Amino acid sequence: MSPQPVDTLKGFALTFRQLFKKPITQQYPEYKRPLYPRFRGRHRLHRHANGLEKCIGCSLCAAACPADCIRVVADENTPDNRVSAGERYARIYEINMSRCIFCGYCELACPFDAITLGNEFEISEYNREDLIYTKDMLLAPPAKRVPVADPALYDTPTPYYKTHS
Amino acid sequence: MTEPWWISLIKALLIVNLLLLALSYTTWLERKLLGRMQNRYGPNRAGPFGLLQPFADLIKMVRKEAFYPAAASNLPYIVAPALSATTALLAFAVIPFGAGWTIYHWHVNGAVASVPIGLIVIFAVGSIGIYGFIVGGWASESKYSLLGSMRTCAQLVSYEVSLALSVLGVVLMGQSLNLTQIVDKQGETIWFIVPQLVGFLVFFIGGVAETSRAPFDLPEADTELVAGYHTEYSGMRWGLFQMAEYVNLIVLSALAVTLFFGGWHGPWAPLGPLWFFIKLAIFVSVFIWIRASVPRLRYDQLMRFGWKVLLPAATINALVTALLVVWI
Repeated sequence: MSPQPVDTLKGFALTFRQLFKKPITQQYPEYKRPLYPRFRGRHRLHRHANGLEKCIGCSLCAAACPADCIRVVADENTPDNRVSAGERYARIYEINMSRCIFCGYCELACPFDAITLGNEFEISEYNREDLIYTKDMLLAPPAKRVPVADPALYDTPTPYYKTHS
Repeated sequence: MTEPWWISLIKALLIVNLLLLALSYTTWLERKLLGRMQNRYGPNRAGPFGLLQPFADLIKMVRKEAFYPAAASNLPYIVAPALSATTALLAFAVIPFGAGWTIYHWHVNGAVASVPIGLIVIFAVGSIGIYGFIVGGWASESKYSLLGSMRTCAQLVSYEVSLALSVLGVVLMGQSLNLTQIVDKQGETIWFIVPQLVGFLVFFIGGVAETSRAPFDLPEADTELVAGYHTEYSGMRWGLFQMAEYVNLIVLSALAVTLFFGGWHGPWAPLGPLWFFIKLAIFVSVFIWIRASVPRLRYDQLMRFGWKVLLPAATINALVTALLVVWI
């Protein structure tokens, strides 16, 4: 404990020393910090290996959604228009991204792992209309790739509900 | 020595524009230095090293909506920022930046206006500038603005006393109120920082408070309050208040250089205005350094320090100097 003026001068020395250090700021658009592997970003809808959609239009995701941003309208699969693997399929599947809070409950609610949350987070738009994602947009592979940290190093173990269901 | 009026006019135009340029780059320097002292980059997007940032800010402020409170009283609300900015710029007119030159057969003074009572002009003009703050806060018709402007004025008025007393020693030693003569005297003898160290310290601390910068930036106190007297201002009117603040900082640094650090005289090489500019830049940087290092004072601490420490120190310093000047 040194007297007050000395401490103040020490403070001045400290701030002065920082001038010669490299700033620790990460320059975002140029440098993108690798994301945590289970970062919850933009949604994706998935297909089976044979090309059929996994979603069967059960609306459980819409029911689980706390922000009420998912809209599903189901329709019957017919022999000449088979879209999904189940009895029915989602004729309309929309997510209003301006309302989504990225909680991931839709992912938990889905019985077929048809919807997951991807890693993309750069989803700003100039119009609110553009933030309503349709099924085609959600089924398409993500347009932008974001760096993701090595899952072996940074991911947590597979959660209980995924291994015991 | 007198000079034709048109030389003064050209000089005034030149100095005002230089001052505006210096002010905009003071904001850049402040943000850059503060950033580096906090391990950040500071502005680095607009132009190389963010050098175009002041112009980007200017364009932003001009194009922004100038919010106008419905209950504000029209004329004072608009005049207040202009008054502050004008008086701030005006104060620089009497500050000498060079020894004066003879170009062709005209004599050019080293200051825009070489008045015999330059020092008093600066303090007088600075006091008028305070009206801008109090009128602006009052005319906004908002209780927070009014309280903010009262706080500002209480601070500025109390520190102005010590500030004026602290330069008394310099006036006694320089035996003039003309800034050019004070600088000449320092060139003949010694920089007044040496015999007037106490006076300088009081002047410097009082000056930090007078320009309402950290740790005395209670008028603004952006982390605790929204703002002070300029709460209801936006766009370029707010910009003018901000401009007044920065010009005041530059004028105060220039005054410190003139009164205590020998003005345009350097330790070697007669570079003239360049020395003045270098010292000015160092002073401005020190002000920024203080802002990066010291936390803000509480209001009662501010008042107690002003009246119970600075004022007695300045008074005693002036008295002792007077006695020494008379006896030696």
